[in-house]
Amino acid sequence: MSRRLAGLQEVVAPAGLVIVAALLGTLVSVSTQAYFTDTLVKVGIVVALWVFIGNSGVLSFGHISFVALGAWTAGVLSVPAGEKPAIMPNLAHFLLHRHVGNVQSLVLAAVVGGVAALVVGIPLMRLSGLAAGIATFAVLEITHNLLQYEEKIGPGLNTFSSVPETTGLRQAALGALVCVAVAFFYARSRYGRLLRATREDNAAARAVGASVYGQRLVAFTVSGLLAGLAGGLYVHLLPVQIDSVYLDLTFITLAMLVVGGTGSLFGAVVGALAVSALDSWLAVAENGTSLFGWHIDLPSGTADIVVGVLMAAVLILRPSGLTGGRELRLWR
Amino acid sequence: MTVTWQNLADGLALGAIFALMAVGIGLVFGVLRLVNFAYGQLVMAGAFALALASQWNWPLWAGIALCVAVVLVLSLLMDVLVFRPLRGQSPAVMLVATFAVAILLENAALMKFGALGKIATSVASLNQPWTIGGVDIRKISIVAVIVAAVCLGLLSLLLNRTEIGLHMRAASMDSATARMLGVRANRVISVAVLIAGLLAAIVAVMLTVQTPLVTPDFALNDTIIVLAGVVVGGLNRPIPATLGGFLIGFATGVLGGALPTNQSQYLPTFIFTAVILVLLVRPRGLFDFSKTVERV
Repeated sequence: MSRRLAGLQEVVAPAGLVIVAALLGTLVSVSTQAYFTDTLVKVGIVVALWVFIGNSGVLSFGHISFVALGAWTAGVLSVPAGEKPAIMPNLAHFLLHRHVGNVQSLVLAAVVGGVAALVVGIPLMRLSGLAAGIATFAVLEITHNLLQYEEKIGPGLNTFSSVPETTGLRQAALGALVCVAVAFFYARSRYGRLLRATREDNAAARAVGASVYGQRLVAFTVSGLLAGLAGGLYVHLLPVQIDSVYLDLTFITLAMLVVGGTGSLFGAVVGALAVSALDSWLAVAENGTSLFGWHIDLPSGTADIVVGVLMAAVLILRPSGLTGGRELRLWR
Repeated sequence: MTVTWQNLADGLALGAIFALMAVGIGLVFGVLRLVNFAYGQLVMAGAFALALASQWNWPLWAGIALCVAVVLVLSLLMDVLVFRPLRGQSPAVMLVATFAVAILLENAALMKFGALGKIATSVASLNQPWTIGGVDIRKISIVAVIVAAVCLGLLSLLLNRTEIGLHMRAASMDSATARMLGVRANRVISVAVLIAGLLAAIVAVMLTVQTPLVTPDFALNDTIIVLAGVVVGGLNRPIPATLGGFLIGFATGVLGGALPTNQSQYLPTFIFTAVILVLLVRPRGLFDFSKTVERV
């Protein structure tokens, strides 16, 4: 019993951080609150990344595809029917009159993300190392290219305007908590443990009967599901456009995961919060701000440069990330 | 879809340019086991140097000299600041780190030059067509193929006929053993990085002829395609990597010209689907015919 409790405490730190961030968000002005909401959605994406990359040790550049598909699903189904022809003139007939509520759109986004990850994973999970990195990158390129020009299923190059902005602080925090909880219980399950065994020692894991392919596929599907959910949250947060779910988002979320430490769920959450905090502060500073009495007015573009330097520095100086890839345990 | 001689010439030219980029990426991978995602940003920096030189009305040779100097300095900085400290990390960690460097350099350019970029006019004369047997072929297509052939020839002489070339080949076959036998790792790596940089500068000149508008994301998409081509060809040895780069450039060039507009917008989908298929069938590379099989 006590061992089980000791294990359960590992979810306390990441979930606690999410709750603290959300509570802090209630204390600030509305315009600053937007940064907190955005951060919590990013926590969801990074936790989704962690489920696959962290547990399998295989790199994926393709997860933003599932975020994009989730955003497209929730977005297309949430735009009020009367405004669809204006934003999406070439929308397929069966989507033109469908309209669902907020929660349903999020569930469908998650389902679409998960199914897409399963379909993509069935062939791709046989690959590892560089081949896997390039193949998942190819998935990102293909998704981006198709969503950009396929106007039957979305707005193409247009922006997803008129999607109800239901992702406030509360919905973003709840979404992030769902992601953390699913990731935690997945990692503690038989599947998560077997996958980490293949990460630590591929040959030994196979010798005890773990299917590397099967375990990776399970993780890829679960992480696609969470990425789809995060995509749904994202489209309800701000008017998404195809390039906002492409290379920049891939970069920033991978940076968050790596900076926090790919080895642990705690690392994923810490990384997402730390990099977001820095990124948001720099974004504010680009418009001029003051710190300890100093007036700071950074040129625009500084945020991305600083985050890039930080990510490279962490990889060089502390390859296992800020948390060292360990979960935080309050007691033994 | 009809393929004309023009399409083939464009394909050959793009294939030649991509082959040079593939060699640059492959050389560094050989000695460092590092996939340099930031290679395209070296090309971008060189292209901005050309654009600035033409804005200052420098003569063409001075612009090219500036381009080479900028790219070489940047390559050496990358080696000292990023590649050396990362030595010995897993390929995935190094790929993510160079991804960070790429985004960093792109944003630095964005900050310095703005999203609209600059125009390099001094080399535009090479973009004029020559008419050969009723077919218009742009001068740059011919220049690109000749330059690539000369570069690859010189490089193969260097690798096969000189001591440093021998050391580089030894280091890329088995770095640890090579070092035990007296190959100086730092020197070999610096030479490889410098040659790769020189190739990036040449690529910058040729790409700027074709696309005179230099923006911060210049060569970014090309690098992604070349990386895919290099992995498809087989990263472990220089010739398969080069062939992979050439093949994907040739396919992109020919298809980009020959497909009707409503299909050519889906060109990335076609190319990357092919990449995935090849990786699934031959994960170690299209041209890797060695018999060794990994056993556990």
